Amino acid sequence: MEKEQYQQLEQQVTPKPPYLKNIVKAFFVGGIICTIGQAVSLFYMTFFNFTEQTAGNPTVATMVFFAMILTGLGLYKKIGQFGGAGSAVPVTGFGNAVISAAIEHKSEGYVLGVGGNLFKLAGSVVLFGVVSAFFVALIKYILVTLGVVSW
Amino acid sequence: MVIIFQTKPSILAGGVVAGPLEKRSTFSQYFDAISEDERWQMKTNEQGHRKMIQEACEIAMKKAGVKNLEVDFFLGGDLINQMTPTNFAARELAISFIGLFSACATSVSSVIIASLLTELGASNFSIAGASSQHNAVERQFRYPVNYGAQKPATAQWTVTAAGFALIGKHNDNLPSIEAATIGKVIDFGMDDPFHMGAAMAPAAFQTIQSHLEKRKQKFYNYDLILTGDLGQLGLKLLKGMFAESGVKQEELTLIRDAGTEFYGQDEAFQSGASGAGCSAAVFYSYIDQMMRAGRYKRVLLVATGALLSPLSYQQGETIPCTAHAIEITMK
Amino acid sequence: MMMSFVFAFIVGGIICVIGQLLMDVGNLTPAHTLSFLVVAGAVLDGMGLYEPLIHFAGAGATVPITSFGNALTHGAMAEAEKHGLVGVLSGMFEVTSSGISAAIVFGFIGALFFKPKGNVD
Repeated sequence: MEKEQYQQLEQQVTPKPPYLKNIVKAFFVGGIICTIGQAVSLFYMTFFNFTEQTAGNPTVATMVFFAMILTGLGLYKKIGQFGGAGSAVPVTGFGNAVISAAIEHKSEGYVLGVGGNLFKLAGSVVLFGVVSAFFVALIKYILVTLGVVSW
Repeated sequence: MVIIFQTKPSILAGGVVAGPLEKRSTFSQYFDAISEDERWQMKTNEQGHRKMIQEACEIAMKKAGVKNLEVDFFLGGDLINQMTPTNFAARELAISFIGLFSACATSVSSVIIASLLTELGASNFSIAGASSQHNAVERQFRYPVNYGAQKPATAQWTVTAAGFALIGKHNDNLPSIEAATIGKVIDFGMDDPFHMGAAMAPAAFQTIQSHLEKRKQKFYNYDLILTGDLGQLGLKLLKGMFAESGVKQEELTLIRDAGTEFYGQDEAFQSGASGAGCSAAVFYSYIDQMMRAGRYKRVLLVATGALLSPLSYQQGETIPCTAHAIEITMK
Repeated sequence: MMMSFVFAFIVGGIICVIGQLLMDVGNLTPAHTLSFLVVAGAVLDGMGLYEPLIHFAGAGATVPITSFGNALTHGAMAEAEKHGLVGVLSGMFEVTSSGISAAIVFGFIGALFFKPKGNVD
């Protein structure tokens, strides 16, 4: 059998991802995580001195804390298998990426293992977040200086 | 390349040790020991991996009543970088050792070398086999075990198991190795590390086909043709390739796959089991015992291996694969 | 107040669905998907669109990773407004520190207390 012929056979045999099922699961899992986030930020706004604008920060930190517990207990990977992007896209997924790498590389010590591999998975998010923010802000600065837009 | 053994070296004993999850395997009743701890009470997964290899080898030697000082060669490998678990186990076993890497096909390539050494008269007893440990393999090839990435239905689950066979001179009452095929490295342009069955199926096809051709045998001359770890989709593809080449449907039922059957039809394991320990554990427990019991008289064991590394697929390379086969007969 | 939960659920869910489509249809790895969404968040904030979304959906917009790109850009732009060009760099982490520092601290604590486990159950 030739390569091309085999690739056709492979296309026929391989099941497509269950698009609709995955979308529904991602929507609900992601929605629930964000609703929990909403409850957390409401908690910070009610009992602490936070406003709608500033409650985001402690909320994110708290969600990452939840991610640590779930990752450590081995539950986050099960949520991830079910929810797909629903649990990967929220900041808990970012936390899971950092924390799972930290736990995994503990066996190589805290400096070379945990320290060296903490951002093994999440590093690209930090890289592209920072670089894109830099260019977006730079472009905006240039546009403001030229008088095209205002801050 | 097909080798025909004149002296037909025998499998004197098999030793198979598996992890706690492998209790759920359909083959678990044939395993010699199952650990309650996936790390074998060691600090790291890699140390547990080493301990598992040691235990499997010791069981094989004990069954045959052979001491490690009497064993001439230890041939084996695993999937971890530079094969440290097997290297370190060899240090503890203190047997002349060569590490072999054919990915998951090491379970058979090691037995081929051991049979050649036996045929040459250089070895009275050799231990050959392979192993894999889920956590250690996953973190190296894919993600940390606790990372919540969604696995597609094409993915396979690396088993925690070690399977070793003690190879010695021919004995009429034991399963004996009559012929072997060393496979070529086949690359059909598959590049998805979560779809290894599709990458490996063409290698299995080529090896089986050239083995049958050179041996002048047909499918029905075998009681069973068992591939190592193609998984449900890989097995389907292999059968599809044979159907295309004119093999009849009823003959295709002679082909089975250890990885497909390893965990039953459990969806949690997606397309099935994989890993060097998968084929090794099934070949040197279930098949060995079935042949001793006279259930099978002639089987072809085809271990498949995907020769990739995380580096190679990140650099955009496709996945080259190989398959090695041994023909085992029982009088 | 009830409505704030509904909006958070729907907007958060939709952002995750976009991620799922990138993975399933676009065939991207999780790392590629998250990187894409972060860039999208940064660009949306540059166009002044992300803040209104937060105002509307609350945690539905702050919890998805897109908010990370938004916060980085927001910090950079706020400093740039005050201090000019140099502020683009210095302001970057002003707003976002919490997500990253939480991940680092909890990553370390997690490594102290947990072991990697592989079983399916």
